[in-house]
Amino acid sequence: MSRKIVIFGATSAMAMESAKIWATRKSELCLIARSKEKLEVLKKDLITRGALKVSILTSDLSEIQKHQEILSKVYTDLPELDTVLIAYGTLSDQKKCQKSSEETLSELTINFLSVISLVTNLANHFEKRGQGDIAVITSVAGDRGRQSNYVYGTAKGGLSIFLQGLRNRFGKTKINIIDIRPGFTDTPMTADIQKGPLFVSAAVVGKGIVEAIDKKKEIVYLPWFWRFIMLIIRSIPESIFKKMSL
Amino acid sequence: MTLESWGRYPKSTSTDIVHFSWPFSELPKDRKSFISHGQGRSYGDACLNNSGTVLSTKLLNRLISFNSETGLLRCEAGISLSDILKFSVPLGWFLPVTPGTKFVSIGGAIANDIHGKNHHVSGNFGHHVEQFELLRSDGQRLICSPKKNSEYFYATIGGLGLTGLIIWADVRLKKISGPFIKMDSIKFSSLKEFFEISRASDKDSEYTVAWLDCVASGDQFGRGIFMKGDHSDRKGRDKDAYKSGFLTVPFDFPNWALNSTSVKAFNTLYYNKQQTKSVTKTVHYDPFFYPLDSVSNWNRIYGKDGFLQFQCIVPKVDGEEAINLILKEIVSAQSASFLAVLKEFGDKESLGLMSFPREGITLCLDFAFRGEETLKLFRKLHDIVFDNGGAIYPAKDACMTENEFRSCFPKLQEFTKYVDPKFCSDLWRRVTDK
Repeated sequence: MSRKIVIFGATSAMAMESAKIWATRKSELCLIARSKEKLEVLKKDLITRGALKVSILTSDLSEIQKHQEILSKVYTDLPELDTVLIAYGTLSDQKKCQKSSEETLSELTINFLSVISLVTNLANHFEKRGQGDIAVITSVAGDRGRQSNYVYGTAKGGLSIFLQGLRNRFGKTKINIIDIRPGFTDTPMTADIQKGPLFVSAAVVGKGIVEAIDKKKEIVYLPWFWRFIMLIIRSIPESIFKKMSL
Repeated sequence: MTLESWGRYPKSTSTDIVHFSWPFSELPKDRKSFISHGQGRSYGDACLNNSGTVLSTKLLNRLISFNSETGLLRCEAGISLSDILKFSVPLGWFLPVTPGTKFVSIGGAIANDIHGKNHHVSGNFGHHVEQFELLRSDGQRLICSPKKNSEYFYATIGGLGLTGLIIWADVRLKKISGPFIKMDSIKFSSLKEFFEISRASDKDSEYTVAWLDCVASGDQFGRGIFMKGDHSDRKGRDKDAYKSGFLTVPFDFPNWALNSTSVKAFNTLYYNKQQTKSVTKTVHYDPFFYPLDSVSNWNRIYGKDGFLQFQCIVPKVDGEEAINLILKEIVSAQSASFLAVLKEFGDKESLGLMSFPREGITLCLDFAFRGEETLKLFRKLHDIVFDNGGAIYPAKDACMTENEFRSCFPKLQEFTKYVDPKFCSDLWRRVTDK
């Protein structure tokens, strides 16, 4: 189905793969990211694939004070906006965060606060229009705090709770809130991690995102097997879990 | 970090992987040597660079433009043939040349100047590339075509990724009516019969290839099934014939799973499944071109030690006898797997200085890696190939010697002039004194 979509963090590997699928379905897309150069490259791909319209906006989304301005541009570009994908974020350096509260707060600003700011505004916009799909890429890391990346996990886990609340608020309406939780994905973000058998390509996750939105899912693990891995991780008693090296 | 090629032999020990994901990206300044790594479908060590840097082009995978009148596609070099087909088949366009898997990148298709079942009609992939951009380690970006920077154009086609990094390419696609192939399967009971069918079929069929039983001996020696096909006029919506990931090999098979008894049983079943001499049917292009792509990670059936693929070409003169000798050697070793193909290449001259395809007969099959025993067999096979003036395909190779490599590529010395000083692969180190 053809959609009118805004993608925040459009040049992230997963979002690009979703955008390609939407483009072949003759969608209209508004792409937001920091680099104009990258956005121009992506735009050409999407137009070639059949996107009816592609507009691009450059912005550093960690600058929350500029959100209002960006959002009004989005609403002007796509007056019939029906789908939102939030795909930006940083894989925090846990060691640095542990040493500095400043670093921690800056990571939380990008991965948590700035997303809350956008989603709050977008949700109210959809509430007025009576419908819309909001998908946010969180992470399996948000399912339980672990010593190796709990700052990133906190941001993503916090987002999941926020989305849960929002979903409950709109539970009786045509507004769908989709929490996308990818596992290990082979992207530039994970370039320095040795790839094991659980790693999947950005294309697999990108396709999963499109399907999750089509099916109006609530919480989606990508690929599906992470639901079971995380079920096990979450069920380990805290007294044992705290001693594990995870 | 370690990285594997498709054959999982030789193993990589430590590699620094850098994602090269945007056409305007620069090569990192602080690294010693580079090789590009697209889908990692080279079997041996052509796509590995131990102790150096591997440039992953997995995300350099976008389309740039497409002319639906002429079929000229411009795309980034990391895009896979599979992604191109998904885009182009619904619009009525197909790859001009395709190998037996669609999971290779455009960059890899150019760097290995790949061939397919239509070699006798359409030549290699390189014959259908109009131009490309080549990034050199000194930062130069060369647009290469037969008219512009032509020396780099001919050195990069088949150049094993050593002349620099291909950023994007213009490829001419081929018009089709729909996603179907009309195919005939014809059983043959000897090599002699194969050559008769092959010579007759190459005149009237666009695609030809044969599956060969490489364990059958005695009366059954040289038996197989010849397949020929042409694009069908039948229209139809393109749908993936296979649900991707539907069949998958989730773990390494134990070493004993593939042995001469299990392969013999499989081959006998496969040969006898077709009861009549010849069968005609219309099939989707996926099972015709890419039967193995339906099983993800099929390389795991060979166990954790991996496998070697042997692909040679021998000239047509005395070629039948050479293939006969090679097959005898293979059959008596009783260690081949069920995946073996035989095809005659046409006389279209390859463009690249280092292209593998040339007029002759090509045989290609897998051997599970069993250490010295396998290497010894390969030495015997190589001897027959080189005694007959043949060549080995570097994209599949993991054990050619320096001398053998030199005799495969008469233009090697000229090629060396265009190799980028900072590009190197494990294969290149192995077959040169670099």
